[in-house]
Amino acid sequence: MELICPAGTPAALRAAVDAGADAVYCGFRDETNARNFPGLNFSRAEMAEGIAYAHARGAKVLVAINTFPRAGQLGLWQGAVDDAVAAGADALILADVGLIAYAAARHPAQRLHVSVQAAAANPDAIAFYVEAFGVKRVVLPRVLSVPEIAAITRATACETEVFVFGGLCVMAEGRCSLSSHATGQSPNMHGVCSPASHVSYRDDGNTLVSRLGDFTINKFAKGEPAAYPTLCKGRFRTGIGAGYIFEEPVSLDAVEMLPGLKKAGVTALKIEGRQRGRAYIASVVASFRAALAALEAGRPITGAGLTTMTEGQTTTVGAYRKTWR
Amino acid sequence: MPSEQPARRAAGHEEAAADTPGRVPLVVQLALRPLPLLPLQPILAATLRAVLANHPGIFERLGPHAGKRFGLAPTDLPLAFLLETLPRRPRITAVRALPARLDVTIRGSIAALIGLVDGGYDGDALFFSRDLVVEGDMEAVVALRNAVDDAQIDLVREGCGSLGPLAAPAERLLRSLLPRPVTDPGAMPWN
Repeated sequence: MELICPAGTPAALRAAVDAGADAVYCGFRDETNARNFPGLNFSRAEMAEGIAYAHARGAKVLVAINTFPRAGQLGLWQGAVDDAVAAGADALILADVGLIAYAAARHPAQRLHVSVQAAAANPDAIAFYVEAFGVKRVVLPRVLSVPEIAAITRATACETEVFVFGGLCVMAEGRCSLSSHATGQSPNMHGVCSPASHVSYRDDGNTLVSRLGDFTINKFAKGEPAAYPTLCKGRFRTGIGAGYIFEEPVSLDAVEMLPGLKKAGVTALKIEGRQRGRAYIASVVASFRAALAALEAGRPITGAGLTTMTEGQTTTVGAYRKTWR
Repeated sequence: MPSEQPARRAAGHEEAAADTPGRVPLVVQLALRPLPLLPLQPILAATLRAVLANHPGIFERLGPHAGKRFGLAPTDLPLAFLLETLPRRPRITAVRALPARLDVTIRGSIAALIGLVDGGYDGDALFFSRDLVVEGDMEAVVALRNAVDDAQIDLVREGCGSLGPLAAPAERLLRSLLPRPVTDPGAMPWN
Protein backbone atom coordinates (compact mmCIF):
# COMPACT_ATOMS: atom_id res chain seq x y z
CA MET A 1 0.00 0.00 0.00
CA GLU A 2 1.20 3.51 -0.82
CA LEU A 3 1.75 6.07 1.93
CA ILE A 4 0.25 9.45 1.02
CA CYS A 5 1.55 12.28 3.21
CA PRO A 6 0.56 15.92 3.74
CA ALA A 7 2.64 19.03 3.11
CA GLY A 8 1.62 22.63 3.72
CA THR A 9 4.99 24.13 2.86
CA PRO A 10 7.98 23.24 0.69
CA ALA A 11 9.94 22.39 3.86
CA ALA A 12 7.18 20.01 4.94
CA LEU A 13 7.19 18.41 1.49
CA ARG A 14 10.91 17.75 1.76
CA ALA A 15 10.43 16.39 5.30
CA ALA A 16 7.69 14.02 4.08
CA VAL A 17 9.75 12.76 1.13
CA ASP A 18 12.85 12.32 3.30
CA ALA A 19 10.81 10.41 5.91
CA GLY A 20 9.61 7.88 3.32
CA ALA A 21 6.42 9.15 1.71
CA ASP A 22 5.43 7.38 -1.50
CA ALA A 23 3.48 10.48 -2.44
CA VAL A 24 2.90 13.93 -0.99
CA TYR A 25 -0.31 15.92 -1.39
CA CYS A 26 -0.36 19.69 -1.29
CA GLY A 27 -2.15 22.71 -2.70
CA PHE A 28 -1.76 26.18 -4.12
CA ARG A 29 -1.78 29.26 -1.91
CA ASP A 30 -5.41 30.22 -2.48
CA GLU A 31 -8.96 29.04 -1.89
CA THR A 32 -8.76 26.22 -4.43
CA ASN A 33 -7.74 23.76 -1.73
CA ALA A 34 -9.24 22.72 1.57
CA ARG A 35 -6.36 23.99 3.73
CA ASN A 36 -6.36 27.66 2.77
CA PHE A 37 -4.64 28.89 5.94
CA PRO A 38 -2.47 32.00 6.45
CA GLY A 39 1.15 31.41 5.48
CA LEU A 40 0.41 27.92 4.19
CA ASN A 41 0.64 26.28 0.76
CA PHE A 42 2.62 26.64 -2.43
CA SER A 43 3.22 29.31 -5.02
CA ARG A 44 3.40 28.08 -8.62
CA ALA A 45 7.21 28.17 -8.52
CA GLU A 46 7.33 26.34 -5.18
CA MET A 47 5.02 23.66 -6.55
CA ALA A 48 7.28 23.03 -9.53
CA GLU A 49 10.35 22.91 -7.26
CA GLY A 50 8.61 20.59 -4.82
CA ILE A 51 7.58 18.22 -7.61
CA ALA A 52 11.14 18.17 -8.92
CA TYR A 53 12.46 17.41 -5.41
CA ALA A 54 9.98 14.55 -4.95
CA HIS A 55 10.53 13.07 -8.40
CA ALA A 56 14.30 13.10 -7.94
CA ARG A 57 13.77 10.86 -4.90
CA GLY A 58 11.17 8.55 -6.41
CA ALA A 59 8.13 10.13 -4.74
CA LYS A 60 4.98 11.47 -6.37
CA VAL A 61 3.13 14.75 -5.79
CA LEU A 62 -0.64 14.92 -5.81
CA VAL A 63 -2.11 18.42 -6.06
CA ALA A 64 -5.33 19.01 -4.15
CA ILE A 65 -7.77 21.37 -5.89
CA ASN A 66 -10.62 20.18 -3.78
CA THR A 67 -12.89 23.07 -2.98
CA PHE A 68 -16.01 23.85 -4.96
CA PRO A 69 -15.72 26.70 -7.51
CA ARG A 70 -18.04 29.64 -7.05
CA ALA A 71 -20.33 30.67 -9.86
CA GLY A 72 -18.69 33.31 -11.99
CA GLN A 73 -15.19 32.55 -10.69
CA LEU A 74 -14.39 29.28 -12.42
CA GLY A 75 -11.16 30.72 -13.77
CA LEU A 76 -9.35 30.47 -10.44
CA TRP A 77 -10.06 26.74 -10.16
CA GLN A 78 -9.53 25.91 -13.83
CA GLY A 79 -6.27 27.89 -13.75
CA ALA A 80 -5.15 25.82 -10.76
CA VAL A 81 -5.85 22.63 -12.74
CA ASP A 82 -3.87 23.90 -15.74
CA ASP A 83 -0.97 25.08 -13.56
CA ALA A 84 -0.77 21.83 -11.59
CA VAL A 85 -0.63 19.85 -14.84
CA ALA A 86 2.04 22.19 -16.19
CA ALA A 87 4.07 21.80 -12.99
CA GLY A 88 4.17 18.04 -13.51
CA ALA A 89 1.70 16.86 -10.87
CA ASP A 90 1.37 13.08 -10.78
CA ALA A 91 -2.35 13.39 -10.00
CA LEU A 92 -4.98 16.00 -9.25
CA ILE A 93 -7.28 15.52 -6.27
CA LEU A 94 -10.62 17.08 -7.23
CA ALA A 95 -14.05 17.31 -5.62
CA ASP A 96 -16.31 19.33 -7.88
CA VAL A 97 -17.91 17.36 -10.71
CA GLY A 98 -17.68 20.32 -13.07
CA LEU A 99 -13.99 20.77 -12.37
CA ILE A 100 -13.39 17.05 -12.84
CA ALA A 101 -15.15 17.30 -16.21
CA TYR A 102 -12.95 20.27 -17.14
CA ALA A 103 -9.75 18.46 -16.13
CA ALA A 104 -10.73 15.27 -17.95
CA ALA A 105 -11.58 17.15 -21.15
CA ARG A 106 -8.68 19.61 -21.09
CA HIS A 107 -5.99 17.21 -19.86
CA PRO A 108 -7.08 13.71 -20.89
CA ALA A 109 -3.71 12.16 -20.02
CA GLN A 110 -3.68 13.57 -16.47
CA ARG A 111 -4.36 11.13 -13.64
CA LEU A 112 -7.37 12.24 -11.59
CA HIS A 113 -8.38 11.30 -8.03
CA VAL A 114 -11.74 11.99 -6.40
CA SER A 115 -11.23 13.97 -3.18
CA VAL A 116 -12.80 12.97 0.12
CA GLN A 117 -14.58 16.31 -0.22
CA ALA A 118 -16.74 14.72 -2.95
CA ALA A 119 -18.18 12.33 -0.34
CA ALA A 120 -18.29 9.47 -2.84
CA ALA A 121 -19.20 6.67 -0.46
CA ASN A 122 -20.89 3.98 -2.54
CA PRO A 123 -20.01 2.00 -5.68
CA ASP A 124 -22.62 3.70 -7.86
CA ALA A 125 -21.30 7.18 -7.11
CA ILE A 126 -17.73 6.07 -7.66
CA ALA A 127 -18.67 4.26 -10.89
CA PHE A 128 -20.05 7.52 -12.24
CA TYR A 129 -16.70 9.27 -11.77
CA VAL A 130 -14.84 6.33 -13.31
CA GLU A 131 -17.11 5.92 -16.32
CA ALA A 132 -17.71 9.59 -17.04
CA PHE A 133 -14.24 10.99 -16.39
CA GLY A 134 -11.83 8.07 -16.15
CA VAL A 135 -10.75 8.81 -12.59
CA LYS A 136 -8.18 6.38 -11.27
CA ARG A 137 -8.70 6.65 -7.51
CA VAL A 138 -11.28 7.71 -4.93
CA VAL A 139 -10.46 8.94 -1.42
CA LEU A 140 -13.14 7.42 0.80
CA PRO A 141 -14.88 9.36 3.59
CA ARG A 142 -13.91 8.67 7.19
CA VAL A 143 -17.34 7.28 8.06
CA LEU A 144 -16.96 3.76 6.66
CA SER A 145 -16.10 0.52 8.44
CA VAL A 146 -13.37 -1.78 7.10
CA PRO A 147 -15.97 -4.31 5.81
CA GLU A 148 -17.75 -1.45 4.03
CA ILE A 149 -14.45 -0.32 2.52
CA ALA A 150 -13.76 -3.88 1.38
CA ALA A 151 -17.19 -4.14 -0.24
CA ILE A 152 -16.80 -0.79 -2.02
CA THR A 153 -13.29 -1.66 -3.20
CA ARG A 154 -14.48 -5.01 -4.59
CA ALA A 155 -17.32 -3.34 -6.46
CA THR A 156 -15.25 -0.44 -7.79
CA ALA A 157 -13.20 -0.23 -10.94
CA CYS A 158 -10.71 2.27 -9.53
CA GLU A 159 -8.27 2.36 -6.64
CA THR A 160 -9.36 3.32 -3.15
CA GLU A 161 -7.48 5.50 -0.67
CA VAL A 162 -8.36 5.85 3.02
CA PHE A 163 -7.24 8.03 5.91
CA VAL A 164 -5.16 6.32 8.60
CA PHE A 165 -4.03 9.15 10.85
CA GLY A 166 -4.82 12.70 11.92
CA GLY A 167 -7.81 14.96 12.29
CA LEU A 168 -11.04 13.03 12.24
CA CYS A 169 -13.83 14.70 10.30
CA VAL A 170 -17.01 12.95 11.33
CA MET A 171 -19.33 14.77 8.93
CA ALA A 172 -20.23 14.08 5.30
CA GLU A 173 -17.22 15.91 3.95
CA GLY A 174 -17.87 18.52 1.33
CA ARG A 175 -21.40 18.90 2.66
CA CYS A 176 -20.77 20.09 6.22
CA SER A 177 -22.11 23.57 6.95
CA LEU A 178 -21.13 23.93 10.61
CA SER A 179 -18.19 26.23 9.87
CA SER A 180 -20.36 28.29 7.51
CA HIS A 181 -23.02 28.58 10.20
CA ALA A 182 -20.54 30.01 12.69
CA THR A 183 -18.28 32.08 10.45
CA GLY A 184 -19.68 32.38 6.93
CA GLN A 185 -16.68 30.42 5.64
CA SER A 186 -16.36 26.71 5.01
CA PRO A 187 -13.80 24.14 3.90
CA ASN A 188 -16.02 23.43 0.91
CA MET A 189 -16.12 26.91 -0.61
CA HIS A 190 -13.22 28.81 0.98
CA GLY A 191 -10.85 26.04 2.03
CA VAL A 192 -11.08 26.81 5.73
CA CYS A 193 -12.90 24.99 8.48
CA SER A 194 -13.21 27.24 11.53
CA PRO A 195 -10.97 29.96 10.06
CA ALA A 196 -8.31 31.53 12.26
CA SER A 197 -9.83 34.95 11.61
CA HIS A 198 -12.83 33.92 13.71
CA VAL A 199 -10.97 32.04 16.46
CA SER A 200 -10.01 33.42 19.85
CA TYR A 201 -8.48 31.87 22.95
CA ARG A 202 -8.39 33.16 26.49
CA ASP A 203 -6.26 31.44 29.09
CA ASP A 204 -6.19 32.75 32.65
CA GLY A 205 -3.62 30.19 33.74
CA ASN A 206 -6.26 27.71 34.78
CA THR A 207 -9.06 27.58 32.23
CA LEU A 208 -8.58 27.81 28.48
CA VAL A 209 -11.65 29.14 26.68
CA SER A 210 -11.89 28.68 22.91
CA ARG A 211 -14.34 30.63 20.81
CA LEU A 212 -15.37 30.52 17.16
CA GLY A 213 -17.27 33.57 16.01
CA ASP A 214 -20.04 34.15 18.53
CA PHE A 215 -19.87 30.62 19.93
CA THR A 216 -17.97 29.41 22.97
CA ILE A 217 -16.68 26.05 21.71
CA ASN A 218 -15.02 24.68 24.81
CA LYS A 219 -13.61 25.39 28.25
CA PHE A 220 -10.61 23.25 29.17
CA ALA A 221 -9.67 22.84 32.81
CA LYS A 222 -6.03 23.16 33.85
CA GLY A 223 -4.05 20.27 32.41
CA GLU A 224 -6.91 18.99 30.25
CA PRO A 225 -5.78 18.38 26.64
CA ALA A 226 -7.00 21.05 24.26
CA ALA A 227 -8.59 20.78 20.82
CA TYR A 228 -9.28 22.75 17.68
CA PRO A 229 -12.20 25.18 18.03
CA THR A 230 -14.51 23.36 15.62
CA LEU A 231 -18.25 23.14 16.24
CA CYS A 232 -18.27 19.40 15.57
CA LYS A 233 -15.96 18.81 18.54
CA GLY A 234 -17.37 21.47 20.84
CA ARG A 235 -18.68 20.88 24.34
CA PHE A 236 -22.11 22.37 24.87
CA ARG A 237 -24.88 22.57 27.44
CA THR A 238 -28.25 21.42 26.11
CA GLY A 239 -31.61 20.43 27.50
CA ILE A 240 -30.38 16.89 28.05
CA GLY A 241 -27.11 17.79 29.73
CA ALA A 242 -23.63 19.11 29.02
CA GLY A 243 -21.04 17.38 26.90
CA TYR A 244 -19.79 16.71 23.41
CA ILE A 245 -22.77 16.76 21.07
CA PHE A 246 -21.20 15.34 17.91
CA GLU A 247 -17.76 13.94 18.73
CA GLU A 248 -15.09 14.29 21.39
CA PRO A 249 -11.75 15.89 20.50
CA VAL A 250 -9.98 12.79 19.30
CA SER A 251 -7.77 11.92 16.35
CA LEU A 252 -7.71 8.97 13.99
CA ASP A 253 -4.91 6.42 14.39
CA ALA A 254 -5.65 3.33 12.31
CA VAL A 255 -2.20 1.75 12.52
CA GLU A 256 -3.70 -1.39 14.05
CA MET A 257 -6.15 -1.60 11.14
CA LEU A 258 -3.43 -1.82 8.46
CA PRO A 259 -3.73 -5.62 7.99
CA GLY A 260 -7.50 -5.29 7.57
CA LEU A 261 -7.17 -2.41 5.14
CA LYS A 262 -4.64 -4.36 3.08
CA LYS A 263 -6.97 -7.34 2.98
CA ALA A 264 -9.78 -5.02 1.94
CA GLY A 265 -7.81 -4.18 -1.20
CA VAL A 266 -7.05 -0.56 -0.35
CA THR A 267 -4.34 0.93 -2.58
CA ALA A 268 -3.24 3.95 -0.58
CA LEU A 269 -3.15 5.19 3.02
CA LYS A 270 -3.50 8.89 3.71
CA ILE A 271 -2.17 10.93 6.61
CA GLU A 272 -4.14 14.09 7.42
CA GLY A 273 -2.41 17.33 8.43
CA ARG A 274 -1.32 19.78 5.75
CA GLN A 275 -1.70 22.48 8.41
CA ARG A 276 0.80 20.81 10.72
CA GLY A 277 4.51 21.54 11.14
CA ARG A 278 7.57 19.61 9.99
CA ALA A 279 7.86 17.92 13.39
CA TYR A 280 4.44 16.29 12.93
CA ILE A 281 5.06 15.37 9.29
CA ALA A 282 8.45 13.75 9.90
CA SER A 283 7.31 11.83 12.98
CA VAL A 284 4.04 10.51 11.60
CA VAL A 285 5.38 9.62 8.17
CA ALA A 286 8.40 7.78 9.60
CA SER A 287 6.17 5.95 12.03
CA PHE A 288 3.75 4.71 9.37
CA ARG A 289 6.66 3.86 7.05
CA ALA A 290 7.96 1.59 9.80
CA ALA A 291 4.49 0.11 10.37
CA LEU A 292 4.11 -0.67 6.66
CA ALA A 293 7.56 -2.28 6.60
CA ALA A 294 6.52 -4.46 9.52
CA LEU A 295 3.29 -5.39 7.74
CA GLU A 296 5.13 -6.36 4.56
CA ALA A 297 7.66 -8.41 6.53
CA GLY A 298 4.95 -10.21 8.46
CA ARG A 299 6.13 -8.75 11.77
CA PRO A 300 3.69 -7.50 14.40
CA ILE A 301 2.72 -3.85 14.02
CA THR A 302 3.25 -1.85 17.15
CA GLY A 303 1.79 1.53 18.01
CA ALA A 304 4.08 4.35 17.11
CA GLY A 305 3.77 6.59 20.16
CA LEU A 306 2.13 9.39 18.25
CA THR A 307 -0.62 10.20 20.72
CA THR A 308 1.06 13.38 21.92
CA MET A 309 0.82 14.68 18.34
CA THR A 310 -2.95 14.36 18.33
CA GLU A 311 -5.93 16.62 18.98
CA GLY A 312 -7.26 15.96 22.46
CA GLN A 313 -4.19 13.78 23.06
CA THR A 314 -6.43 10.79 22.39
CA THR A 315 -6.74 8.47 19.41
CA THR A 316 -9.43 6.24 17.97
CA VAL A 317 -9.88 3.82 15.09
CA GLY A 318 -13.10 5.73 14.40
CA ALA A 319 -15.61 4.17 12.06
CA TYR A 320 -13.16 1.53 10.86
CA ARG A 321 -14.28 -0.63 13.77
CA LYS A 322 -17.91 0.32 14.21
CA THR A 323 -19.24 -0.93 17.51
CA TRP A 324 -21.99 1.54 18.17
CA ARG A 325 -24.65 0.66 15.63
CA MET B 1 -26.33 8.14 20.17
CA PRO B 2 -23.53 5.59 20.30
CA SER B 3 -24.15 2.74 22.68
CA GLU B 4 -20.46 2.00 22.92
CA GLN B 5 -17.51 4.22 22.10
CA PRO B 6 -14.82 3.03 19.68
CA ALA B 7 -11.52 1.97 21.21
CA ARG B 8 -9.42 4.95 22.28
CA ARG B 9 -5.96 5.46 23.59
CA ALA B 10 -5.01 8.39 25.74
CA ALA B 11 -1.46 9.67 25.98
CA GLY B 12 0.45 7.65 28.54
CA HIS B 13 2.86 9.19 31.02
CA GLU B 14 5.93 7.65 29.39
CA GLU B 15 5.01 8.91 25.97
CA ALA B 16 4.09 12.36 27.22
CA ALA B 17 7.34 12.64 29.15
CA ALA B 18 9.34 11.92 26.01
CA ASP B 19 7.57 14.66 24.09
CA THR B 20 7.14 17.35 26.72
CA PRO B 21 9.50 20.30 26.48
CA GLY B 22 11.81 20.65 29.46
CA ARG B 23 11.74 23.66 31.76
CA VAL B 24 14.57 25.78 33.09
CA PRO B 25 15.17 24.72 36.73
CA LEU B 26 13.74 27.09 39.31
CA VAL B 27 17.14 27.77 40.83
CA VAL B 28 18.42 28.95 37.45
CA GLN B 29 15.33 31.11 36.98
CA LEU B 30 16.00 32.76 40.33
CA ALA B 31 19.69 33.24 39.54
CA LEU B 32 18.81 34.97 36.25
CA ARG B 33 16.33 37.36 37.81
CA PRO B 34 18.74 40.10 38.94
CA LEU B 35 20.81 40.08 35.74
CA PRO B 36 20.41 43.07 33.40
CA LEU B 37 18.78 42.55 30.00
CA LEU B 38 20.87 45.09 28.12
CA PRO B 39 23.77 42.70 27.28
CA LEU B 40 21.24 40.39 25.59
CA GLN B 41 20.25 43.03 23.08
CA PRO B 42 23.24 42.83 20.71
CA ILE B 43 22.96 39.02 20.64
CA LEU B 44 19.27 39.20 19.83
CA ALA B 45 19.85 41.80 17.15
CA ALA B 46 22.65 39.75 15.58
CA THR B 47 20.50 36.61 15.66
CA LEU B 48 17.62 38.39 13.97
CA ARG B 49 19.97 39.80 11.32
CA ALA B 50 21.38 36.34 10.64
CA VAL B 51 17.92 34.75 10.41
CA LEU B 52 16.65 37.40 8.00
CA ALA B 53 19.79 37.18 5.87
CA ASN B 54 19.62 33.39 5.68
CA HIS B 55 15.86 33.17 5.15
CA PRO B 56 14.77 36.15 3.05
CA GLY B 57 11.48 34.50 2.06
CA ILE B 58 10.08 34.58 5.55
CA PHE B 59 8.30 37.94 5.14
CA GLU B 60 6.72 36.82 1.89
CA ARG B 61 5.03 33.93 3.71
CA LEU B 62 3.95 36.24 6.55
CA GLY B 63 2.03 38.19 3.89
CA PRO B 64 -0.35 40.82 5.26
CA HIS B 65 0.68 39.96 8.81
CA ALA B 66 4.18 41.38 8.38
CA GLY B 67 4.35 44.43 10.63
CA LYS B 68 2.42 42.90 13.50
CA ARG B 69 3.81 42.81 17.04
CA PHE B 70 4.30 39.44 18.71
CA GLY B 71 4.99 38.95 22.40
CA LEU B 72 7.00 35.81 23.15
CA ALA B 73 6.87 34.95 26.82
CA PRO B 74 9.03 32.09 28.11
CA THR B 75 7.20 30.86 31.19
CA ASP B 76 10.43 29.60 32.77
CA LEU B 77 12.58 32.73 32.35
CA PRO B 78 12.31 36.11 34.09
CA LEU B 79 12.04 37.98 30.79
CA ALA B 80 10.06 38.13 27.55
CA PHE B 81 10.72 39.10 23.95
CA LEU B 82 8.92 41.64 21.82
CA LEU B 83 9.12 40.73 18.12
CA GLU B 84 8.16 43.51 15.72
CA THR B 85 7.92 42.19 12.16
CA LEU B 86 8.10 45.42 10.17
CA PRO B 87 9.67 44.29 6.87
CA ARG B 88 12.07 47.26 6.69
CA ARG B 89 12.90 47.49 10.38
CA PRO B 90 12.23 44.17 12.09
CA ARG B 91 13.26 44.20 15.73
CA ILE B 92 13.40 41.89 18.70
CA THR B 93 13.73 43.31 22.20
CA ALA B 94 14.17 41.64 25.58
CA VAL B 95 11.81 43.07 28.19
CA ARG B 96 10.91 42.30 31.78
CA ALA B 97 7.19 42.39 31.01
CA LEU B 98 5.35 42.49 27.70
CA PRO B 99 3.58 45.73 26.81
CA ALA B 100 -0.18 45.84 26.49
CA ARG B 101 -1.99 45.87 23.13
CA LEU B 102 0.16 43.40 21.26
CA ASP B 103 -1.28 41.66 18.22
CA VAL B 104 -0.28 38.25 19.55
CA THR B 105 1.05 36.73 22.75
CA ILE B 106 2.67 33.28 22.74
CA ARG B 107 3.56 31.66 26.06
CA GLY B 108 5.52 28.46 26.70
CA SER B 109 8.78 27.22 28.09
CA ILE B 110 11.90 28.54 26.36
CA ALA B 111 12.59 25.00 25.09
CA ALA B 112 9.12 24.89 23.52
CA LEU B 113 9.53 28.31 21.90
CA ILE B 114 12.97 27.47 20.48
CA GLY B 115 11.75 24.00 19.41
CA LEU B 116 8.94 25.65 17.48
CA VAL B 117 11.43 27.71 15.54
CA ASP B 118 13.92 24.97 14.71
CA GLY B 119 11.36 22.25 13.95
CA GLY B 120 11.82 20.19 17.09
CA TYR B 121 8.18 20.61 18.09
CA ASP B 122 4.86 20.86 16.27
CA GLY B 123 2.91 23.94 17.34
CA ASP B 124 -0.50 22.28 17.27
CA ALA B 125 0.79 19.39 19.40
CA LEU B 126 2.16 21.84 22.00
CA PHE B 127 -1.21 23.60 21.99
CA PHE B 128 -3.09 20.32 22.47
CA SER B 129 -0.85 19.36 25.41
CA ARG B 130 -1.25 22.86 26.95
CA ASP B 131 2.50 23.45 26.71
CA LEU B 132 1.78 26.47 24.52
CA VAL B 133 -0.72 29.27 25.05
CA VAL B 134 -1.62 31.62 22.22
CA GLU B 135 -3.81 34.70 22.50
CA GLY B 136 -4.67 37.52 20.12
CA ASP B 137 -4.80 37.58 16.32
CA MET B 138 -4.93 33.89 15.36
CA GLU B 139 -4.37 34.55 11.66
CA ALA B 140 -1.09 36.26 12.54
CA VAL B 141 -0.10 33.36 14.82
CA VAL B 142 -0.78 30.80 12.09
CA ALA B 143 1.05 32.85 9.46
CA LEU B 144 4.10 33.29 11.70
CA ARG B 145 4.14 29.60 12.61
CA ASN B 146 3.97 28.54 8.96
CA ALA B 147 6.55 31.10 7.83
CA VAL B 148 9.01 30.04 10.53
CA ASP B 149 8.40 26.32 10.00
CA ASP B 150 9.01 26.62 6.27
CA ALA B 151 12.19 28.67 6.77
CA GLN B 152 13.97 25.78 8.53
CA ILE B 153 15.80 28.12 10.87
CA ASP B 154 18.66 26.66 12.88
CA LEU B 155 18.17 29.15 15.71
CA VAL B 156 20.97 27.82 17.89
CA ARG B 157 23.60 27.93 15.14
CA GLU B 158 22.43 31.22 13.71
CA GLY B 159 22.14 32.77 17.16
CA CYS B 160 25.54 31.60 18.34
CA GLY B 161 27.22 32.73 15.14
CA SER B 162 27.70 36.21 16.53
CA LEU B 163 29.61 35.04 19.61
CA GLY B 164 33.00 34.68 17.92
CA PRO B 165 35.24 32.18 19.75
CA LEU B 166 32.42 31.36 22.16
CA ALA B 167 30.12 30.26 19.31
CA ALA B 168 31.03 26.56 19.33
CA PRO B 169 30.87 25.95 23.11
CA ALA B 170 27.69 28.03 23.37
CA GLU B 171 26.10 26.00 20.58
CA ARG B 172 27.08 22.72 22.25
CA LEU B 173 25.64 23.88 25.57
CA LEU B 174 22.35 25.04 24.07
CA ARG B 175 21.94 21.88 21.98
CA SER B 176 22.38 19.74 25.07
CA LEU B 177 19.41 21.56 26.62
CA LEU B 178 17.07 21.51 23.63
CA PRO B 179 15.11 18.81 21.76
CA ARG B 180 16.68 17.47 18.59
CA PRO B 181 14.75 18.37 15.46
CA VAL B 182 12.64 15.40 14.38
CA THR B 183 14.07 15.65 10.88
CA ASP B 184 17.24 14.29 12.49
CA PRO B 185 16.76 10.50 12.21
CA GLY B 186 18.47 9.95 15.55
CA ALA B 187 15.71 11.92 17.22
CA MET B 188 13.15 9.20 16.42
CA PRO B 189 14.09 6.15 18.48
CA TRP B 190 10.91 4.24 17.47
CA ASN B 191 11.95 4.20 13.84
